[in-house]
Amino acid sequence: MSAAVDTAQEPQAVPEPAWGRHLVAVGVLAVVLAFLPLVLPPAQQSVAVRVLVFAILALGWNIMSGFGGMFSFGHAAYFGLGAYVSVWLLVEQGISPWIGMLAGMAVAAAFAVLIGFLALRYRLKGAYFALSTFAFAEMLRLYATNSDLVNRAVGYNVPLRSESSLAYMQFEPGAASYFWIALALTVLALVTTIVFLRSRTGRFTVAVRDDEDAAAALGIPVMRTKLVTIALSAAITSVAGTFYVQYYFFVDPDVAFGSSVSIQAILPAVIGGVATIWGPVVGAAILGPLNDVTATLLRNPPAGLEFLQGRAGLDVMVYAVLLILIVLVLPQGVYGSLRERFQRR
Amino acid sequence: MTGGTTASGAPATSRGAGSAGEPADDTPVAAGPPRRSRAAAWRRVAIVLAVAVLALGLAYWRAGNEVVVTQAVLTGLMIGGVYGLVAMGLTLIFGVLDIVNFAHGAFLAIALYTTVEMVGRFDVHPYLALLVSVPLMFLLGAAVQRFVLAGAIGRPLENQLLITLGIALLIDNGLLLFFGPNPRSVRLPGDSGVQVLGAVVTVSRLLAFAVALVLAALLYLLLQRTRLGTAIRAVAANDTGAQMVGIDTRRIYTVTFALGTACAGAAGVLVAPLVTIEPTTGELFNIIAFVVVVLGGMGNVVGALVGGLLIGLTEQLGALYLPGQSPLLSVFIVFVLVLFLRPQGLFGRSA
Repeated sequence: MSAAVDTAQEPQAVPEPAWGRHLVAVGVLAVVLAFLPLVLPPAQQSVAVRVLVFAILALGWNIMSGFGGMFSFGHAAYFGLGAYVSVWLLVEQGISPWIGMLAGMAVAAAFAVLIGFLALRYRLKGAYFALSTFAFAEMLRLYATNSDLVNRAVGYNVPLRSESSLAYMQFEPGAASYFWIALALTVLALVTTIVFLRSRTGRFTVAVRDDEDAAAALGIPVMRTKLVTIALSAAITSVAGTFYVQYYFFVDPDVAFGSSVSIQAILPAVIGGVATIWGPVVGAAILGPLNDVTATLLRNPPAGLEFLQGRAGLDVMVYAVLLILIVLVLPQGVYGSLRERFQRR
Repeated sequence: MTGGTTASGAPATSRGAGSAGEPADDTPVAAGPPRRSRAAAWRRVAIVLAVAVLALGLAYWRAGNEVVVTQAVLTGLMIGGVYGLVAMGLTLIFGVLDIVNFAHGAFLAIALYTTVEMVGRFDVHPYLALLVSVPLMFLLGAAVQRFVLAGAIGRPLENQLLITLGIALLIDNGLLLFFGPNPRSVRLPGDSGVQVLGAVVTVSRLLAFAVALVLAALLYLLLQRTRLGTAIRAVAANDTGAQMVGIDTRRIYTVTFALGTACAGAAGVLVAPLVTIEPTTGELFNIIAFVVVVLGGMGNVVGALVGGLLIGLTEQLGALYLPGQSPLLSVFIVFVLVLFLRPQGLFGRSA
C-alpha cells in the first residue's frame, strides 16, 4: 500500500489510507444499488447478480494474491468447496444453505490453510506456488468427478421448494431478493476486506508481501500472517460458491472446480486492479455486462456476422483479448491506473 | 549472432528476481549438472529408478495379471515419449525466457485441428500435417513472442502468466468458435495392433513414440551442436553476459519461443490419432507438460524427456493403483510430491 498516499493529516511516518472514505463509499454504493432491481428489466438483473458473484469471487482472490502476494491459480478449490459443502448439506441433510454457507467457509478455510501450510512449509514461491494451488484445485475436481460421496460427474440439482423461503435462500426465479442477497454478500466481502487491511494482521500481510525478510526481522509472524490471509481469502471465495449454486440451482465438478473458475476469480481483479480495494468490483462491473453483450451478439448476430450464430467461444475470446491488452497497457488495471493518475495530480 | 546490445537488454537482467524463485535459478538448458554434483545426480537417478522398479513390481504383484501391467507400462512409455516432446518445448521456453507458458497446450490444439482439417479436406496421411503444422507453429510462436510477450519480459510473473493464459483462452475459444464443440478424430491408415510381450500396442502409438524421440534428439542436437543452440544456451545461462559477447538476445527469445511452440505443433500432429480432438484437448497436455517440466527440472531439456516417460508410466500405472479414479489424479499426486520435496526437479541442481 505504499502507493496509497493520501491527504493525510496525521503526522505519521506511513500515511494513513482513507479507510473511513472507503467505508462511506461502500455504504453509499450499497444504498444506491439496493434500488437497482426496481428499475432494471429482469434480463439485466441476472447480469447484475452475475457481476456481484464475480465481484465476491475476485475480492476473495485479491486478498490472498493481491494484498498477500501469493499468486493463486486454484481459487476454484475454495469456490467449489463452498458450493459443494452447502449443496451437500442441503440435498443430503436438508440443512439451510445459510448454515451451509458458514460450513463451506469453514471447510474452505481449513483446506486452504492445509495446502497453504504445505506450500509455505516447503517454500514454494512464484510460479511453483501458483502451480501447486492449481494442482490442488484439479485434484478436488478429479476427486469429485469420481466420488460417490458427491454424486460423481452428475453433481447436484438444488431441490426446488414450492414457495419462496428466505431461510432456504430460494425465491421466485428472477426475484429481487437474489440481487439483494448477492449485494449484501458483496458489501460484506468489501467491508471485510477494508477492515482486514486496517487490522494489525492486514498490515502485517502487506508488509510480508512487500519484504518478507524485513517483516520477519521486525518480529512479524510470517507464516501465521500468511495463513490467516489465505484462510480469509478462501472463506470469502467460498461464499461466492454457495450463492452461485443457490442462484443457478446446479453444480457439477467442472462448474465448481474447473480451472475456468480460477480464471474467473483472477480476471475481474486484474482488469479492475490487483491489490486495490475496489479493483475486483470495478473489474466485475466491466466483465459482467461485456459477457452479456457478447452473448447477445452470438444469439442475434448483426448482418455479416451470421456465421457466429449460436456459436460459443466469442465471449471468452473478447475476455482474452481484454486481458492481454490490459496486462500489457494498464498493468495496474482500470481502477489501479485511475487511482494512480488522481494521486499524482 | 549479429546485432547486439541495443536490444531489450536492460529489463531482461531483472528477470527471475523474486518471480521464478530460487529453485530454478540459472538452470542450464540441456546441459548436465556441474561435475561435483554429478555423483548426487546419479544417486537421484538411482533412487528414481528404484522407485520405478518398486512401483512396477508392486503393480505386477497386486494386479496378478501380467499382461495388464505390461500393457500399462508399454502404453505409458509410448505416450510418455510424446509428453516428453511437449514438455521439451515448454521447458525450453521456461529455461530461456523464464516464462510460465500457459498457451503451450493451445498451440498443440491448433496442430490437432490442422491435422483434422488436412486429413478431412485433402485426405492425406495425417503425418503429412507435420510439414504444415511445425512451420506454422514456429511462425505463430515467433509472432506471439515478438508482438505480445516481448512487452511483458521483465514484468512480474503474474503478468506473464496472465498473458499466456489470455493467449490460451483466445486460441481455445477461437477453435471452439470455428470448429464447434463436437469432438473429432483422425485415423492413421493401416493402424493395427502389434504384439509386444503379450501386450498389444497400436502402430499409431509406436510411431508417435518413435517420431517424438527422433524429434527430441534433433532438438537436443540443435541445442548442443549448432551455433544457434550455443547462443540459446548462453542466453539461458546468463542473458546479460550473452548480450555482452554480441548475442542478439531479442532474436534468441523469439527463436526459442518459436522452437518451443514448434515442439507443441509436432506433438499435436503425433497425438492426433490417439486422442479425441476437442478445443480443450490441449489443456490436458498443458497440465501434463507442466508436471513433466517440474519433474524434470524447469529448463532441463533432457529432464523433460525422461520426466515425460516417467509421467506416462505414472499415469498408466496410477490407473491400476487407483481404480475408479481418473489417471490424472496419480499424475497430480506425483506433481505435488515433486513440488514439495524437490521443486528444482528430480534432475535439477539442488538449491
